[in-house]
Amino acid sequence: MKSSKTNWFSTILIAILAVGVLIPLYMAINISLKKPSEMGSSLSNFFRLPKILQFNNFKEAITTTNFFQTAFNSLVITVFSVIVVVLFTSIISYAIARNMKKRFYRYIYYYLVSAMFVPFSMLMLPLVKQLSFLQIDNKFGLILMYLVFQTSMSVLLYVGYLKNITTSLDEAAYLDGANSWQIFWKIIFPLLKPLHATVAILTALASWNDLLLPLVVLSGNGNSKVTLPMAQLVFQSQFGTNYNLAFASYILASLPILIFYLFAQKQIISGVVNGAVK
Amino acid sequence: MSRKKIFLLMTLPLVGIFFLFDTVPLLTGFVYSLTNSKGFGSFKFIGLSNYLRLFTDGDVLSSYYFTFKFAIVTTVVVNVFGLLLAIVLNSRIKFKTFFRGIYFLPYILGGLVVGYIFNYIFTFILPSFGKSIGSALLSSSILGSTSTAWIGIVITVAWQSIAFNILIYMSGLQTIPEDVYEAAKMDGSSKWNTFWKITFPLLAPFFTINLVVSMRNFMMVFDQIMSLTGGGPASSTTSISLLIYQKGLSGNQFGYQSANSVIYFVIIVVISIFQLKVLNKREVQL
Repeated sequence: MKSSKTNWFSTILIAILAVGVLIPLYMAINISLKKPSEMGSSLSNFFRLPKILQFNNFKEAITTTNFFQTAFNSLVITVFSVIVVVLFTSIISYAIARNMKKRFYRYIYYYLVSAMFVPFSMLMLPLVKQLSFLQIDNKFGLILMYLVFQTSMSVLLYVGYLKNITTSLDEAAYLDGANSWQIFWKIIFPLLKPLHATVAILTALASWNDLLLPLVVLSGNGNSKVTLPMAQLVFQSQFGTNYNLAFASYILASLPILIFYLFAQKQIISGVVNGAVK
Repeated sequence: MSRKKIFLLMTLPLVGIFFLFDTVPLLTGFVYSLTNSKGFGSFKFIGLSNYLRLFTDGDVLSSYYFTFKFAIVTTVVVNVFGLLLAIVLNSRIKFKTFFRGIYFLPYILGGLVVGYIFNYIFTFILPSFGKSIGSALLSSSILGSTSTAWIGIVITVAWQSIAFNILIYMSGLQTIPEDVYEAAKMDGSSKWNTFWKITFPLLAPFFTINLVVSMRNFMMVFDQIMSLTGGGPASSTTSISLLIYQKGLSGNQFGYQSANSVIYFVIIVVISIFQLKVLNKREVQL
């Protein structure tokens, strides 16, 4: 018989280890709310709560990192990347999945998916030159790059999922006089909803937190503080003088994604798992 | 419009973009690797001499040494602890969803911010703790020494990415039906035996995913190093990506580091294929 008794030993073990996950975050929030004079160097000092919450740190961090501007830039880049990736890769995946018997489409599939093994560092140097030559070393170019670098994973996911959607739906619609384009939008695209969520979350996490690609694509243009992670990097030069301010800015930078996580935790977790397991 | 034409129209735009921004740079990178380009001005073709120089270049060799050491150790750490935690999280505990949510939290944060937080912990909090327990080893920052800085990076990256491994193992554990365990119990199998003979073999596909994804991600580590050590001290924590970024873009080594990227690419492909081949062999079906 299946027993349903709670395993308290495991519960307590997990709770203790969860503290290990939370301590660094507690430290960061704690420091961001203190005055420099409250820092000290004794161990108990690090954990002690601030006497008065210093929300001024946040105010100052907002102006120092130009928070609203950089957060807005990051948001625009993330949202457009998600839209473009979902649209382009689901359309091409439909065409590939329904034509897998043809060699041409099979080779395109292998071509797109095998690129997963190309490390970004390998493309980084030539890409910088190419983007500035085409004069798209800007946000548009950056979004285009997220489309390119999310393609392999997304096509792999969509095609795998589409193989399980029966073609009888397509055939019935063809008989009713619809064309492939209409069938995709009216029937297939809505059916792909769970996959859209997975692809969107993977793309959003990849672009929101990314540092290297914006650094490479945008800095050449003299734009060193366009996205949130870039603004954090510039902030490091002032790191030595005021940790409270620095941590306030780290908390601020993480806040949007934390709020998003709070509301969409289940979807985010299953999105990431689907992305790996399928 | 015919069915064929519509499908073609659905396919060609992305293939075109992909070719232009993935394949073309791949090929030009290879061409640059055969030149002495500094990233600007004129350059000459110099054949394979960049490649020959790589094998005797101290900077390059030490970045490969660091990257491999880091990637292998971190992969082992996140898989061992990830599997253990997944087993515990999968047992009949209270507040399962709540704890799963907490363990996954680090994964969604940016590598840069996580690096800064741990930088502070290693620079101030850990030494202060070391002094209070009288440990000479921990009394100064582990990031400040060439022999221990890499450990700080392993801890930081493992703390952040273990959530992924836990989740994959958890979803693997859920695919093993309860009655398999019941049967083992009836046959008098010990818990230890059950784990090695039943749980572990059945988890093999998930083990493969975790190993391949972890190794590949850790081989490309960048953000956390930028915020923890910047590659120091004395470039002891300069990863291959960081070296290509630093020397290739602003160190006048465009052609030379392109050759480095080609080698790096080949190594990643070889490792991934090797892992998939070896690991797929030991996967079993229920």
